[in-house]
Amino acid sequence: MNWMWFHKLGSPKWFFFRTKAWALPLFSLGCVGLIVGLIWGLAFAPADYQQGNSFRIIYMHVPVAILAQSCYFALGVAGFVFLVWQMKIAPIFIKAMAPVGAIMALIALVSGAIWGKPTWGTWWVWDARLTSVLVLFFLYMGIIALQKALDDPVLANKAVAVISVVGLINLPIIKYSVVLLETLHQGPTFTLTKKPEMPPEMWLPLLVCMIGMCFFVAGLVIWRMQSEILQREHRTSWVREEVMKNGL
Amino acid sequence: MHPVRKKRLFVISAIVLILGAAVTLVMYALQQNINLFYSPTQIVMGEAPRNATIRAGGMVVNGSVKRHSETLAVVFETTDFQHTITIEYRGILPDLFREGQGIVAQGQLNDDGVFIATEVLAKHDEKYMPPEVSEAVKNAQSAMGETKVNSQSTY
Repeated sequence: MNWMWFHKLGSPKWFFFRTKAWALPLFSLGCVGLIVGLIWGLAFAPADYQQGNSFRIIYMHVPVAILAQSCYFALGVAGFVFLVWQMKIAPIFIKAMAPVGAIMALIALVSGAIWGKPTWGTWWVWDARLTSVLVLFFLYMGIIALQKALDDPVLANKAVAVISVVGLINLPIIKYSVVLLETLHQGPTFTLTKKPEMPPEMWLPLLVCMIGMCFFVAGLVIWRMQSEILQREHRTSWVREEVMKNGL
Repeated sequence: MHPVRKKRLFVISAIVLILGAAVTLVMYALQQNINLFYSPTQIVMGEAPRNATIRAGGMVVNGSVKRHSETLAVVFETTDFQHTITIEYRGILPDLFREGQGIVAQGQLNDDGVFIATEVLAKHDEKYMPPEVSEAVKNAQSAMGETKVNSQSTY
């Protein structure tokens, strides 16, 4: 197998030019997906038989909650890659990803609380699912704080990579909390082995929101990575040429 | 102290602190969660402490809800299909509270084995469907006679 792409991926310059044209289309596609999915879900999907219209918050809550977790997984993988192969692009990815993930975890918590009040009767309960997602949010915040607290970039890269890897422990706790433990949060509606506990007219808009959210985040993160690359490599000749050619 | 060592000390303590906080919160959740609620069976078997604040979970038994005509007081039974306990509550119930629905109540078990709740939360399941579909399912079920659908998964 040819591993050339993998080694090239580690080069910020290669990454910068390779993905330069991707950010805008991904981001725009994501916005369109989100707008279509949300309007479909909020206005046209049927209401739930028990929860009525308050169930519609699912179209916001589920995409951000799932992505907050998958993005953390990507963060952990990037941390691992950096610790093992010292790839320069990995800490750039972590730095670009962490605030986006933190905001998604926060939206998941807040939308969950807003959903919990009319359905469960409480904003918050210290059950395993809610608490482990709160920990996920704290992990993201810890990564951001650590990155900002360390002036030495070499040290910052390493420290942030370590914490990203360690935080991976939390992901299985989030996922299986509702299956293995008694929680107020209900179990998963969508599983790999069973048919979803929801008719297609309800999950189709959710799927659109989900895909839209993925593209939205991908575009946003590539954008953030590109500006981070320019900052980190500002002494190199290729950045200087790029800036001379296109302006800032 | 040497600035590099100082920084290192700071980093390591930051990592330790954050990890500590994370693990503590998880442990806190798990510890409370293993008994986020006791099932009616556990309570009937005497596994739940008396006169201490606990949570009890279960499904509201059909036809068991009795409301006081002048106050907000309500008495109902919850079950896990093996044992049943009686819960007394005074206050506003969540919108999703209804017979056949899973609930989690916080309160204390008195000496008569009656659970005096200070808070009742509704637990909903992972199933979503439009009202028409729910109607259709109900009609089909009543056409087939009494069924035990949803017995385990809904609470």
